[in-house]
Amino acid sequence: MRIVFKTDYMQDIRPWKDGYQLSLYLLLLAVAIAAPWWLDDFYLGELTNVLIWAIAGLGLMVLTGHTGQASLGHAAFLAIGCYANIILVEAGVPFMIAFPVAGLITGIIGATVAVPALRLHGIYLAIFTLAMSILMDDIIVLAEPITGGVAGKYAPPVGVFGFMVDRWGTPNEFYWLTLGVVVLVTLGYINLLRAPLGRSFIAVRDSEVSAQAMGVDISRTKTISFGLSCMVTGWAGALMGLYAGAFNNETFSVVISIQLLMMIVIGGLGSIHGAFFGAIVIGFLPQFLSISKEYVGAVFGGSTVAIPGLEFGIFGMILIAFILFEPMGIYGRWLKIRTWFELFPFYRKDMFKRQKSYLKTERLR
Amino acid sequence: MSLLELENVTLKFGGLTAVDDLSFSVEEGEVFAIVGPNGAGKSTVFNLISRFYDPYAGKIRFNGHDLLQVKPSGVAAFGVARTFQNIELFEHATVLQNLLVGRHRHRTTNLLSEVFFSSSAKRQEMENREKVEEVIDFLDLQAYRDKMIAGLPYGVRKVVEVARALSTDPKLLLLDEPASGLSVEETADMRWWIDDIRRQMGITVLMVEHDMGLVSGVSDRVLAMADGAKLALGTPAEVQSHPAVIEAYLGKAS
Ligand SMILES: Nc1ncnc2c1ncn2[C@@H]1O[C@H](COP(=O)(O)OP(=O)(O)OP(=O)(O)O)[C@@H](O)[C@H]1O
Ligand SMILES: [Mg+2]
Repeated sequence: MRIVFKTDYMQDIRPWKDGYQLSLYLLLLAVAIAAPWWLDDFYLGELTNVLIWAIAGLGLMVLTGHTGQASLGHAAFLAIGCYANIILVEAGVPFMIAFPVAGLITGIIGATVAVPALRLHGIYLAIFTLAMSILMDDIIVLAEPITGGVAGKYAPPVGVFGFMVDRWGTPNEFYWLTLGVVVLVTLGYINLLRAPLGRSFIAVRDSEVSAQAMGVDISRTKTISFGLSCMVTGWAGALMGLYAGAFNNETFSVVISIQLLMMIVIGGLGSIHGAFFGAIVIGFLPQFLSISKEYVGAVFGGSTVAIPGLEFGIFGMILIAFILFEPMGIYGRWLKIRTWFELFPFYRKDMFKRQKSYLKTERLR
Repeated sequence: MSLLELENVTLKFGGLTAVDDLSFSVEEGEVFAIVGPNGAGKSTVFNLISRFYDPYAGKIRFNGHDLLQVKPSGVAAFGVARTFQNIELFEHATVLQNLLVGRHRHRTTNLLSEVFFSSSAKRQEMENREKVEEVIDFLDLQAYRDKMIAGLPYGVRKVVEVARALSTDPKLLLLDEPASGLSVEETADMRWWIDDIRRQMGITVLMVEHDMGLVSGVSDRVLAMADGAKLALGTPAEVQSHPAVIEAYLGKAS
């Protein structure tokens, strides 16, 4: 059983509880930085993919997990970030400027889109954003002169601190670039959550009436949340474009939007960990499936033909299983397992049982 | 000048007049209670002060400011805090986080300094926490400080709501049925707290309450309402013995 001793008030404000926890995260970071030395190029590429999804997941987590606004349209913002980045780079803007600006542009567009979306709640907001995601496809085709339309665009190598970074040419550098973005976004996210703005997101998510009574401006908060969420998603989109190497109007389809939302639900809504856990599932599921398919094929004979939609179907089943048995996602499960070890042997089965929640009138809605 | 003034306020929900030409004022430093049978419009009065509804007619002034000019989120800035009859806490946050949201109106940092957690953000966080810890001490919530609301018993939630309202550093505290659903001991605690809130902290309290023991124990003046209109206004004893009030509660004697 591990006990955290509090000796300093800052322990409550700092992101880590004690030195032990801090050293664990630093160790994780060191292992991640060293990944090119312990992974081959193929798996390094997969890990890069997972990290990019994690950034997108963090983006959506701000909006859906922490502000409670479901979006089925975040692929549109991935697209905006991706195109903005490449178009700027092609126009001769250095990548180190183009990349942050691409995120900013996406954020501003996101905050603008938020204005009409503010009046919508729950399912209506989901439908609105879904429509936006579908529209994006057409917009990219229509804006052919700048987006390349159906023919799409190719991502050139980009310069980072004087190095030319390219997904295929220099996979290690591309991985470190992605890891750097992940670390910065995560740190910013952690800071936000221990400051008034992040708490006002949570307030809006859990009770709009009382958030208002505490002086939180609902529409302003939602707009900022949309903006931040879309900015981070834009960065993920820019990296996705570089990772894919080539993309067109169909790269960022509605399916990606849905996958992104499923991902954070499986990972655990309302936690930074959740975005990472979800990204790991999304990133490694195809690999896992193809390996197990080969295995099944080898054991039972028969061919290993591709079953269309298998991946998505399995993903859907995992989602349903989580909603039924572990609504807090993988992060929720992780917390329980960790508590079990920390409290060993004192863990009780009902430790995470919720008090029955009391009827909440919807009178004020 | 009174701290809070309602002047001929009327509110209709479709055909139902929930508040009917109601006028009263709350003086600085007093505990003012509103009583009345179910559906009298007591909570609606609170919601009008919180600006959740626009009155059909009438004026609401706080500390000389016209409250009807501000948005619902602007009311807290004047120093008005409230609790809700049906507990409206931030369920998936800890008690401490809930109380810290109460500090929102004192926020001086912007997005950038928060994302980088600059020294000013850190200083502000320390100040906010200092205030919040005081409230936690005052209301004996230390044991629940880091607990999620979702797992707390009803009685504790009621206290957390009061704590969150106090964290805003209000001038006027609106309590909507602070003792409903509480045990006898919890109600007694609540009574001392309300007394202390007024005496030690100098906060004016406007409360809705059904428990007449609590009302006569802590309040200076009582307003009795029925069907949205004023029945009687005076000391607890005066109101309790007022014929119109007795009639509203017990029905007309034949
Ligand atoms: N949003 C609303 N829409 C329509 N009618 C409403 C609304 N809010 C309240 N009412 C009605 O207005 C009347 C006054 O309600 P209110 O909640 O103010 O009563 P109350 O005095 O607080 O009663 P209680 O003691 O039960 O809390 C009731 O008849 C109620 O049904
Ligand atoms: Mg009421």
